[in-house]
Amino acid sequence: MTSELDIFVGNTTLIDEDVYRLWLDGYSVNDAVALRVRSGILEQTGATAAVLQSDTMDHYRTFHMLERLLHAPPKLLHQLIFQIPPSRQALLIERYYAFDEAFVREVLGKKLSKGTKKDLDDISTKTGITLKSCRRQFDNFKRVFKVVEEMRGSLVDNIQQHFLLSDRLARDYAAIVFFANNRFETGKKKLQYLSFGDFAFCAELMIQNWTLGAVDSQVDDMDMDLDKEFLQDLKELKVLVADKDLLDLHKSLVCTALRGKLGVFSEMEANFKNLSRGLVNVAAKLTHNKDVRDLFVDLVEKFVEPCRSDHWPLKDVQLFLNQYSASVHSLDGFRHQALWDRYVGTLHGCLLRLYHD
Amino acid sequence: MPGKLKVKIVAGRHLPVMDRASDLTDAFVEVKFGNTTFKTDVYLKSLNPQWNSEWFKFEVDDEDLQDEPLQITVLDHDTYSANDAIGKVYIDIDPLLYSEAATVISGWFPIYDTIHGIRGEINVVVKVDLFNDLNRFRQSSCGVKFFCTTSIPKCYRAVIIHGFVEELVVNEDPEYQWIDRIRTPRASNEARQRLISLMSGELQRKIGLKVLEMRGNAVVGYLQCFDLEGESGLVVRAIGTVCTLDKLSSPAAHLPACNSPSKEIKESPLVHPPSHGCRSTHNSPIHTATGSRLTQNFSVSVPTLIYTGMGSGSAGKEGGPFKALLRQQTQSALEQREFPFFTLTAFPPGFLVHVGGVVSARSVKLLDRIHNPAFVGIMGNTRSYKLLDWNSFNSDEPETRDAWWAEIRQEIKSHAKALGCHAVVGYSESTSICEEVCILSASGTAAVLNPRFLQDGTVEGCLEQRLEENLPAGCGFCHIPYDELNMPFPAHLTYCYNCRKQKVPDVLFTTIDLPVDAIVIGKGCLIQARLCRLKKKAQAEANATAISNLLPFMEYEVHTQLMNKLKLKGMNALFGLRIQITVGENMLMGLASATGVYLAALPTPGGIQIAGKTPNDGSYEQHISHMQKKINDTIAKNKELYEINPPEISEEIIGSPIPEPRQRSRLLRSQSESSDEVTELDLSHGKKDAFVLEIDDTDAMEDVHSLLTDVPPPSGFYSCNTEIMPGINNWTSEIQMFTSVRVIRLSSLNLTNQALNKNFNDLCENLLKSLYFKLRSMIPCCLCHVNFTVSLPEDELIQVTVTAVAITFDKNQALQTTKTHAEKSLQRASTDNEELLQFPLELCSDSLPSHPFPPSKEHLESASANSGIPAAQRDRCSSWIELIKLKAQTIRRGSIKTTVTVEKASPVGEGTFRNRSAPPCTNSTVGVVKMTPLSFIPGAKITKYLGIINMFFIRETTSLREEGGVSGFLHAFIAEVFAMVRAHVAALGGNAVVSYIMKQCVFMENPNKNQAQCLINVSGDAVIFVRESELEVVSTQQSAPSCQSSCTGGEVTT
Repeated sequence: MTSELDIFVGNTTLIDEDVYRLWLDGYSVNDAVALRVRSGILEQTGATAAVLQSDTMDHYRTFHMLERLLHAPPKLLHQLIFQIPPSRQALLIERYYAFDEAFVREVLGKKLSKGTKKDLDDISTKTGITLKSCRRQFDNFKRVFKVVEEMRGSLVDNIQQHFLLSDRLARDYAAIVFFANNRFETGKKKLQYLSFGDFAFCAELMIQNWTLGAVDSQVDDMDMDLDKEFLQDLKELKVLVADKDLLDLHKSLVCTALRGKLGVFSEMEANFKNLSRGLVNVAAKLTHNKDVRDLFVDLVEKFVEPCRSDHWPLKDVQLFLNQYSASVHSLDGFRHQALWDRYVGTLHGCLLRLYHD
Repeated sequence: MPGKLKVKIVAGRHLPVMDRASDLTDAFVEVKFGNTTFKTDVYLKSLNPQWNSEWFKFEVDDEDLQDEPLQITVLDHDTYSANDAIGKVYIDIDPLLYSEAATVISGWFPIYDTIHGIRGEINVVVKVDLFNDLNRFRQSSCGVKFFCTTSIPKCYRAVIIHGFVEELVVNEDPEYQWIDRIRTPRASNEARQRLISLMSGELQRKIGLKVLEMRGNAVVGYLQCFDLEGESGLVVRAIGTVCTLDKLSSPAAHLPACNSPSKEIKESPLVHPPSHGCRSTHNSPIHTATGSRLTQNFSVSVPTLIYTGMGSGSAGKEGGPFKALLRQQTQSALEQREFPFFTLTAFPPGFLVHVGGVVSARSVKLLDRIHNPAFVGIMGNTRSYKLLDWNSFNSDEPETRDAWWAEIRQEIKSHAKALGCHAVVGYSESTSICEEVCILSASGTAAVLNPRFLQDGTVEGCLEQRLEENLPAGCGFCHIPYDELNMPFPAHLTYCYNCRKQKVPDVLFTTIDLPVDAIVIGKGCLIQARLCRLKKKAQAEANATAISNLLPFMEYEVHTQLMNKLKLKGMNALFGLRIQITVGENMLMGLASATGVYLAALPTPGGIQIAGKTPNDGSYEQHISHMQKKINDTIAKNKELYEINPPEISEEIIGSPIPEPRQRSRLLRSQSESSDEVTELDLSHGKKDAFVLEIDDTDAMEDVHSLLTDVPPPSGFYSCNTEIMPGINNWTSEIQMFTSVRVIRLSSLNLTNQALNKNFNDLCENLLKSLYFKLRSMIPCCLCHVNFTVSLPEDELIQVTVTAVAITFDKNQALQTTKTHAEKSLQRASTDNEELLQFPLELCSDSLPSHPFPPSKEHLESASANSGIPAAQRDRCSSWIELIKLKAQTIRRGSIKTTVTVEKASPVGEGTFRNRSAPPCTNSTVGVVKMTPLSFIPGAKITKYLGIINMFFIRETTSLREEGGVSGFLHAFIAEVFAMVRAHVAALGGNAVVSYIMKQCVFMENPNKNQAQCLINVSGDAVIFVRESELEVVSTQQSAPSCQSSCTGGEVTT
């Protein structure tokens, strides 16, 4: 006796959250059944393995049918085939677009192309996330990217509108799209200590301050691309380190203000010029695409690592950066105050976030 | 020319990409009614076209309005080649034809293609202007209301219940026409869908005419079925109960109205004008069709078992003369009818007087196209076929089928008469077809009905009233209608345990729902008997003979199984009994489902005895006694499970002859383990006694084992196949209707009867287990109206389809009701201590000690539960909190902003949101439509019936593997069918379908060719319901009415 056909269709579509998670995680039906058995569900409910198998198959089939709609979440809301309560719809979408930290760290900043997709095997082996799940997550990134790529308006809003994601998740996607578009390097060994959250935080600051949309909300592609003009202008900041007098004045202003307040004062004093040179040079280099990609590598190399090797506490880093950016306003010979603020304001936030072990 | 149909095509959405180059579609729409077609403009390059067409106006006869469906075809315009069809929508405009129902059909309909399934949606508005027609000879019957519901619809009251109406229409099946060989599957499927739509429209119109002739205005319990006879054609037949219904002005007052229909009606409902008796197309009930051949006359009528109690007794004291009087009255009223049948299963209070038992009749027929002479002409000369539109032949010679049914109905009628009854209630008809053999079945419950709705002071009325005063309500229907001295079969009668005045049988089987006023102890449960019998493959007459030879044995065994299972549950009555016999190539399947209950009026059932045939064998004896113990344990467990604690009766109260001494002696024996004595008993009772199971061979052993393998549902679950679960009356509002289908392939090696039985049993049991598992989140809940259908699509395939609804209930209140019950029995236990000892002897000895205790335990439980926050409520609370938390998590920040943007995002239905302070999750434009096989919606009031939904779909695929195999294919199709039903209901302005039924689900596959086909027929009543409490509207996301109105509003504006 073999079961040829076995289905269950409810007027309200039944969604089992646990099975949904297993499906999203890319487990085959048999693996999912095994995992469910291990969860002790048989004992709880008195069901048999056959029942569990049939139930899992049913859910998988439903999810498979829903997947097409999940690719364009507004369709899920308007379709008539599956009657799903709104709260469940929200849950389905949110979970479908959720991603694994380990996975996103691997592809963050990479081009969302076929080439990267081919590497998913390796990522799967490396992270222990099933290939199926990797594919789903990658395709999600790519799909969101494709939809919002050419769109006007706020990146987060666009993502929310077209994918009906929660605010949190939409922000994460904005960061992923932003990183993919600008191809920031995040995979270097030096950057391994950074979490997705760190990058997402930086991305948000950069979107808010460094993109076209930050100054003019009527421009195309405003949130995806960095403001080219702004990057060009950043060259002007070079005077801060190139002009010796200006550099000395800046240093003395910072040192005066921080004397006695900093635990690592002497180290700071000794390193000031190096640090300042590092930060300003990063800005000056941003005209080249390749250097834009290396932004995070540079920030870590030029600032985070030197401070860390001198064991600066976070509090001191904060004090230093406050003073470092504020003192520029007192430099009479420096004319690019607004530019400086736009640059260093974001940098300030990013560096603090990046500064940890 | 009394009608103008107006159609407007508004827009489409989610259309499929038809042009690969542009990834877009150039869509336009054809609107067809009868022979008139209109077209919209082509809307270029869009998947969401906005046609906003003018009003297309069709001026048509109301006859056509009733018969024809409105046909909307969406196409992709192609300059160079033929336009490609995207899909179709058929809209039945019948609901617009009577004033009280819908006035407009407006909404999004799924665009359906028989090959690709649903492909986007289309927004359509349909209106009908009807002119008054005073033509006396009209062929239409506009205005007659149809209800699938098998009780008086909730917002109506029955002024007169006229009686039975039936009709059938025959046509050739397009699938078997020669042209089918050359046309595409799509064209063939569409021809079939259209034909069936036409035929059911015609059938409904014809039934309507009969209703008008009988001076009724509605058909209740309307059941329409298709017989796909294959080569010999397609039969659409329908039965129903004609009523004159009055709309209740205030829906709140519907209950009292049922009790007291208006005073003006002097005539009783049943004694209504005999001159308008049910006239049907055949005037003589039995006649042979002309041009008959040997095969046609071949018909085997199967001796029918009549299920009732058994035993013997003496005449009742008081009831006798009155009963006779009553019978005379009813007789005169009913005998004027050809068939005093009623398809209703629930009745206005007082309507049902006595119930005799189940009557059923089956007949095996050979299908032969010769019966329809018109087809001979067509088929004999294929060339001339082209000239003939076979629609013009419709309803040609339905005589044969009509005669078949008339014959069966006649038999039912005579069975009912034998039971001393003049009417049959809960009546239904069905067929099972395999190749050229067809089994026709009819069954119902023989009953005596109250000849008057209204007691208006006549002598009889007084007498009756007095009787009713004397009798506590709720047991009257159990009292035997037949003459005790002249019983139609050996029956075992006792005085009613409730009123002590009338005789009752010891077991009662019926096809109706449990009467509302029936006194039931404990809860009910689903009881099924399952049976397979192998049969040799044979042709024509030999085959029919083989089948008809097997039928009586199957009926008998099904009956025995039911009886045994009922005893095992410790219950004494079955309601909603439905026995389905399915015929296949090489086997017959029998499946009986019913809801077992313990009726307080009926005697406590005895236990089950096992008797061995080979005494003096030590190990065997041991085995037997072991089995006996197991059975006794099961009975005791079941009694506890279903809370069956009948208050035992003191002998003084009885005051009338004590139950026969024989029963006494049996009590004694029931405790003895000696098989010899039991054997003796067995001889004295004859074969029919269900108390004794004889284990004389392995077969019987199997039977006993199978008895014990039925596992009760997990705790928190109950199941029944009636409308409501006896013993549960505190439903909460959550409902989940579902359909589950399973097909198993038998390995041809083990085809023995036992193996078959086991396979079939496992199939059903596993299916039930799966359902319990799937619905575990709804606990405590009850599966109501569990409807199993068995079919044998191929040699080694068994298909079981189940449709049911799971309803949650409040455990707390349930406890309270049992508490009062428990209290009662506790009191009794304390006062009548001595009786306690005598009483349980009748039960199995094991249950003796358990008796006094469970009530008190429950009492404690309920007391503790009542002290603090009720447990169930607490559960609910916590789960709600979880839900809220979950929502909060998913939408953590700026939820309001989120929804606002979401609204902007949706390309369609923007208007929907405008006036809503939307909670984060209710941003869907699709209104919730509930579906239920029940006639009501728990916690809600039905305010309006919008019309009948009767839909037929065919789905076919030539890429079965790609669609996820047979399971994927059927899963998607059933989901689509649900969606289309919901869309039609929503377009009518409704928010629920009640009395929903999937009448047919015919599935055929050919995996080798990667093909499959499925036909589904569903029906139900579209309604508007309103929640009884506003509180619930807030708490459930399915706040359908408010959502509905705003949604439809939104849809119209877009």
